[in-house]
Amino acid sequence: MKHPVGLHARPSVKLTKLAKSFGCRIEMAQQPAGPWIDAKSIVKVMAMKARRDTTLHFRAEGDGAADAVDALSELVQRNFDEDHADAPAS
Amino acid sequence: MTSSNVGIVIVSHSKDVARGAAEMVRQMVGPEVPLAHCGGDPGGGLGTSVESIMAAIAEAWSDKGVAVLVDLGGAETNSEMAIELLPAAQRDRVVICNAPIVEGAVMAATESSAGSSLAAVRSTAEELYAGSMVR
Repeated sequence: MKHPVGLHARPSVKLTKLAKSFGCRIEMAQQPAGPWIDAKSIVKVMAMKARRDTTLHFRAEGDGAADAVDALSELVQRNFDEDHADAPAS
Repeated sequence: MTSSNVGIVIVSHSKDVARGAAEMVRQMVGPEVPLAHCGGDPGGGLGTSVESIMAAIAEAWSDKGVAVLVDLGGAETNSEMAIELLPAAQRDRVVICNAPIVEGAVMAATESSAGSSLAAVRSTAEELYAGSMVR
């Protein structure tokens, strides 16, 4: 995760909303060993206080699990689509 | 037309606090959650009014219900009074969340945006006080 502020409020909301759009169970963690939290819980995602340069781990189980993990990883890699927030559109 | 998502109402003693909290919800969560806010007394000072709370509930109305976020004492008692004055069919679908007004509103709206029930929206907002944020 490269976002300068880390997993702050707006990215947390985006991540949670995306997770909730999938029917499967999705968990995330800052280390492979856990602790794993419910990626659909906005309160728990914000409470992680994940900082810049943290590697986020996702795991999912159920319908569309692989798609869910891909979509969430892409959201993080796209910097939560906030790259353009401060720059003028080109 | 009524939204398929639970509505959120923000009731503060201050018009500016109410407006600011609503702005945070709009920008962070998006347009898909019915949202209304009210604050201040009719004379422009600090306070809350039952009438404007009822109007806000009507504005944010959803058949799935409405979650109300309040700040201090009078905001809560006036919200309770506003709920009591609603038609019986609506009364049971409006709840006041025991949560901090700004954070609770953002949490509640995030939960609502996924189409969650009123009970789920309330419990997500109230999870804050359960200590998850402060540990």
